[in-house]
Amino acid sequence: MGAQLRVYKRRIKSVTATKKITKAMEMIAASRIVKAQRQVAASTPYATELTRAVTAVATGSATKHPLTTEAASPSRAAVLLITSDRGLAGGYSSNAIKSAEQLTERLRGEGKEVDTYIVGRKGVAYYSFRERAVADSWGGFTDNPTYADAKRVAEPLIAAIERETAEGGVDELHIVFTEFISMMTQTPVQNRLLPLSLDEAAEESGTKGEILPLFDFEPSAEDVLDALLPRYVESRVYNALLQAAASKHAATRRAMKSATDNAGELIKTLSRLANAARQAEITQEISEIVGGASALADATAGSDR
Amino acid sequence: MAAELHVELVAADRSVWSGEATLVVARTTSGDIGVMPGHQPLLGVLESGPVTIRTSDGGTVVAAVHGGFLSFADNKLSLLAEIAELADEIDTQRAERALERAKSGDDDAAERRADVRLRAVAVR
Repeated sequence: MGAQLRVYKRRIKSVTATKKITKAMEMIAASRIVKAQRQVAASTPYATELTRAVTAVATGSATKHPLTTEAASPSRAAVLLITSDRGLAGGYSSNAIKSAEQLTERLRGEGKEVDTYIVGRKGVAYYSFRERAVADSWGGFTDNPTYADAKRVAEPLIAAIERETAEGGVDELHIVFTEFISMMTQTPVQNRLLPLSLDEAAEESGTKGEILPLFDFEPSAEDVLDALLPRYVESRVYNALLQAAASKHAATRRAMKSATDNAGELIKTLSRLANAARQAEITQEISEIVGGASALADATAGSDR
Repeated sequence: MAAELHVELVAADRSVWSGEATLVVARTTSGDIGVMPGHQPLLGVLESGPVTIRTSDGGTVVAAVHGGFLSFADNKLSLLAEIAELADEIDTQRAERALERAKSGDDDAAERRADVRLRAVAVR
């Protein structure tokens, strides 16, 4: 076998192995999307009921709570960015990071200081490489988040919003995550969690325009709201984590599908080249034989005379 | 037929139980409360503890809830809890072991959780 042909054969073998791996990853991601979607669906009743309850308390009572009223001059905001722990998901993490950067820029433009909180090692790596300050970060659960993880993430955020701004607390809480719209579309979104905008909350729970009954509060409206809002933040964070996980799997699936397609394309091109090399080799051998034979014939024909 | 109310018992990550009931007894921060059909709209903070639901077919469902809320409106009662388990799902021996372990390791949260589970089983 000629040298060139051997090189082609070797490359085809290696690309075939890679293709098998990417194909397997694609299929694993596809099965995980379904699981993640189911989890999103399972967490929806809780989120909807909670949002309904928060809306009911906030509209049904004349209570003023720091978490539902806008500060007169907000000077600090917290941004929670949700990325993934691992790569191989196309532009998934970098899109989320870009979106968070935009939001940070906008908030800074409005004269607010920004505290960044990050979920996922990709985001942490991006920020630490640029030596930016990060208030807090978590990792290790982005593929399969549980409610306990959401609680852990929400805890410092709630603490920060309950602290006075002068003492290092924040006035606003934003969250940036990748929304799962469909198998093919996932877009990074920027949501303001707190202060609560009642219109948006009502829209999300599908209760817009519905007249809420006059609730009796046990023990009192303030206490109920005090207990409700942290749960609300936790449930929103949980929902964002789940959606981000589903989006991550979808992005991985898409990236791995195009990797598999590209590998197939490469194998096709390489086999064409290998075939051409083989043909060239054969042609050369024949012409060598023919050349040799005619040279011999010429030599013997000369000696006869 | 007796009047009924619709009950949804929802944990953060799943829907635990839903169905029709004639009476629901739960513990709020200001004491036990019983909700019957036609109760006035109510929103309360739940204590960790057992919730007893008398179903309309005469049965009883007991669940352990760990923190949460109840909201009642339009004859529909929603019980929201971070963690909620039906008494049937609770493994008594495991809960007892967990209680022992929590007591010796002074993990208050775990101790409370195990205690609530055992109380729910006792009510059943």
